[in-house]
Amino acid sequence: MRRRITNPLTAIVVHCSLVSDPQSLTPDHWTLAPGFVRYSQEGMATSPNKKNQAESGFVYLPLIAGWLVPGAGHFLLRKWGRGALLSLSILAMFSIGIAMQGKIYAGAHDILEILGMAGDLGNGLLYFVSRAAGWGADQVTITTGDYGTRFIVVAGLLNVIAAVDAHNLRTGRKV
Amino acid sequence: MLHLDHFAAVVLFALFASVVFGITQRDTPPRMFRYGLYCFVLFVGAVIVLSWVMHFIAH
Repeated sequence: MRRRITNPLTAIVVHCSLVSDPQSLTPDHWTLAPGFVRYSQEGMATSPNKKNQAESGFVYLPLIAGWLVPGAGHFLLRKWGRGALLSLSILAMFSIGIAMQGKIYAGAHDILEILGMAGDLGNGLLYFVSRAAGWGADQVTITTGDYGTRFIVVAGLLNVIAAVDAHNLRTGRKV
Repeated sequence: MLHLDHFAAVVLFALFASVVFGITQRDTPPRMFRYGLYCFVLFVGAVIVLSWVMHFIAH
């Protein structure tokens, strides 16, 4: 049976019902008066679309992939240009930091080292690979080494920003 | 081992950070480019201004 919604109170009740339990009401049951309520059913269980089907899956995958490998989150979402630029920038920054004999934080002896390590961990797999391979310097002995340490930390922080951006793209907060 | 002078390190830092900022903080490519350029100019410009300030303080 189809009913035509003509007053605001009914429209609110229908809206709340659809939000709380999309299966309880279907478009076949209700018809909105033209121009009365602009109600989008895109993304609801009652009207699945191709976009949602394509993006179904683990919602945090771009976030985790983007953290582990710079730019991977954007590549998963087929944002090839953005992913390439992010990957290039972060990898270059990390590589220059290593080439300048920057320090990779390994321990957490004081608050500054904890913060540095948190930044380094943002590099994802690069951090673990560099630790395993013994890249970087244990102690900074030259001025450029200090610059290199900052490059590595900031590369990690930028990678976190990029991974969160991929997550926002995945959830639809950003286009 | 790579030896960069201070200004070269600043320019590279500003370049890479601006690219990431531009892409992540804006929605459309033209706005990304403009914001990235804005960040780059601010990074490098701030370094130049502060360098001169420190120069005059030291002398």
